[in-house]
Amino acid sequence: MLYARLIASRLFKAVIVLFMIIILNFFLIQLAPGDPAAILAGEAGATDEEFLRQLRERFGLDQPLYVQLWRYVSGVATLDFGYSYRQQMPVLDLILARLPATLLLTGTAFVLSLVLGIVAGSLAAARVKKPSGSIIMALALLFYATPLFWVALMSVVVFSVYLDWLPAYGLYTVGAGHTGFALALDVGKHLILPATTLALFFMAIYTRMTRASMLDASQQDFVKTARAKGLKNSVIQRRHILRNALLPIITLAGLQAGQMVGGAILTETVFAWPGIGRLMFEALQQRDYNLLLGIFFFSAALVIVFNIITDLVYGLADPRIKGGS
Amino acid sequence: MSDPVLSIRGLTLALPKGADRPYAVEDVSYDVHGSEILCVVGESGSGKSMAANAVMGLLPKGVRATGGEVMFDGQNLLTLTEKQHRELRGLRIGMIFQEPMTALNPLMRVGAQIGEVFEAHNKLTPPERQARALELLIEVGIPQPEKAIRAYPFELSGGQRQRVMIAMALALEPELLIADEPTTALDVTTQAQILELIADLQRRHGMAVMFITHDFGVVAEIATRVCVMREGRIVELGTARDVLERPQHDYTRALIEAIPGNRIPESRYLDPPTPLLEVSHLHKVFRSRGGLFKASREVHALDDVSFILAPGETLGVVGESGSGKSTLGRCVVRLERPDSGTLTLSGIDLSSLKGEALRRERRRVQMIFQDPYASLNPRTRVGMAIAQGPIANGVARDKALKQADELLELVGLGGVADRFPHEFSGGQRQRIGIARALALDPELIVADEAVSALDVSIQAQILHLLEDLKHRLSLSLLFITHDLRVAAQICDRILVMQNGRIVEQGSARDVFLNPQAAYTRELLAAIPGREQALASA
Repeated sequence: MLYARLIASRLFKAVIVLFMIIILNFFLIQLAPGDPAAILAGEAGATDEEFLRQLRERFGLDQPLYVQLWRYVSGVATLDFGYSYRQQMPVLDLILARLPATLLLTGTAFVLSLVLGIVAGSLAAARVKKPSGSIIMALALLFYATPLFWVALMSVVVFSVYLDWLPAYGLYTVGAGHTGFALALDVGKHLILPATTLALFFMAIYTRMTRASMLDASQQDFVKTARAKGLKNSVIQRRHILRNALLPIITLAGLQAGQMVGGAILTETVFAWPGIGRLMFEALQQRDYNLLLGIFFFSAALVIVFNIITDLVYGLADPRIKGGS
Repeated sequence: MSDPVLSIRGLTLALPKGADRPYAVEDVSYDVHGSEILCVVGESGSGKSMAANAVMGLLPKGVRATGGEVMFDGQNLLTLTEKQHRELRGLRIGMIFQEPMTALNPLMRVGAQIGEVFEAHNKLTPPERQARALELLIEVGIPQPEKAIRAYPFELSGGQRQRVMIAMALALEPELLIADEPTTALDVTTQAQILELIADLQRRHGMAVMFITHDFGVVAEIATRVCVMREGRIVELGTARDVLERPQHDYTRALIEAIPGNRIPESRYLDPPTPLLEVSHLHKVFRSRGGLFKASREVHALDDVSFILAPGETLGVVGESGSGKSTLGRCVVRLERPDSGTLTLSGIDLSSLKGEALRRERRRVQMIFQDPYASLNPRTRVGMAIAQGPIANGVARDKALKQADELLELVGLGGVADRFPHEFSGGQRQRIGIARALALDPELIVADEAVSALDVSIQAQILHLLEDLKHRLSLSLLFITHDLRVAAQICDRILVMQNGRIVEQGSARDVFLNPQAAYTRELLAAIPGREQALASA
């Protein structure tokens, strides 16, 4: 029951935070230099005052600020994020069209980095002071230090151009007309390079953190108790040390998960992945403010959702938190 | 006598290079028989736990056995493989540890942690393990065992956790139980219960028990035979009666004499004209922060506390953890602001002071803290650590540093002002802490568990130093402690606290020899080795 109340209180706070983010975003965009009407007019090749005035009237830009804000907030409340003048489509449709590709990429990278990072970190902790443990840590340091775009480009050069094992860009093979399982296989092949590239950095962080956290946990008194029971070392490592070491990892995973919408711009650009990251980059270049605001909203909402999920997972992983002590 | 369960012969354990001595234990031999409790006694660094670790095969990294043998059931434990050793642990040799707060896995339910012992040795099915765990919890006397088996460690008190540890160690009815300072971290009444439980279980199961402790009071309470260790060697080995009543070795004698509480001083103070400190109707409530949907919780740390402290008096505040005694000390030095009530120090009410006015009065009450390791900044030279207070109060830097030198001389540590805290032992650091408290020339010193973290022989030295300084500098002392034996030795008058209230106050002699409150009697009855202490009082 305490748990249900906890969730209710977190959701209530989340709504308030989200509302504040919407308002903040709106004013942030207002501060941006340049008159959107002038840009639109310029692209249309017209410069006369009358046309500008018409544009402003049509998009409500001639209204006082508070009216514009009210219109925007009430629009968002009904899931109407406005219209992208550049793309000639509602913002919501644009974002929803791109969201699955991004979530597929970042979600895969998230799971990949978390699982591999924890496994590698546990191995490194169990083999501390042995060569195999040092090799894992050296690799983690290398992945941590190498710039993402360079890894992306090099993996294209090696695996696509040189070895020709995997496709270099895109979400699926255009024009192949795959359906069903064949399509899934095709998308999977396209996913490998960008997802791995994106996963490497966080994998390195998880590896280092899991190792440090496990070495820390292995010094705790309850590990000695477990040994005094006569438990096997592998059981002690898994059940006593790893479980206690996972708590800080959950915090970090929550942070990474919150970046799933906006955190893949570089990777999406290099691999021509049709996701939100690229959409945001284009909107930025074209001063497509309505679209930018929509993407900001979705990123912020996702961060908040994952913060709540992190808290809930933490409560499941550590009974002391649920008990409120 | 029957064959010993455990027989240690000429055991020598080498410490890694660079340690302060070459051997953790050197040429140590003793036996533990079935149906006896052997107490291994020594101060920190005596190597008393090391032989036990060798028996368990749990020696710290870098420590190796270089000689002797540890015979258990016809085999030398030192030559076992890790796998063979693992099969003995938990099954035939059980162990319990000092810190019940950290010795259980915080993320696992109590029942699962007990069940693991059976799992480790492939005994019983999972449901049978839980049924057996419940029986064990009943046997060790946990209240509401059906609930406790489903509880997480944080939901249990220290004493209850130690009972869980004992249940775990007993699960497979081992022939040998090793208890490494199992009651040191517990309150005195809880300690008495746990000691009784261990003695009782030992009798019922006919186990051999190796009980490691630093406390001769505990030895008097529980031991069949005693082995006294110092710097890795045995200095005395014999029956409990012989060692306690006719100690042969000077070191043993010194340890037994160093136990505070073998004498209770006459009250030295007579009703004074004006009290130095007058505390009346002090209240302090701690509220846990309630959230939007969560009710807040209130703890009455101080509940209508009133007392006076005369100039030149040592007033003891005794109580168990959670009694509010530390909160009282923190309120008196105004680290904590009382909710209501007054704290008058020679005419000035400290409880209502704020900001600059409070800062000016602060120097008049100084504090000595419990942990000599944590209470000194590791990056500040000790001379500077002492001088910082006077400098903050406007004394010139050179003069303050010179004073610090003199103060260090006063506490028996001349010429060390430019060293860092890590270069000192625990007792020396506590001397530095005392010098720091004296630097501001206070009228009242609050000592919060100032000797609790120290070995008994060091404890005696620090108590002696405090006594001596008090007379020479005409100080008054508010001495907070959980250890009634320490309080008996140094205090003129005593306040006994329970749940934020003063349940009894009076001269030390009255409180100890003629206690009025039921709680005080309970506390006194729980002191280990009490009969012996009273016999010589």
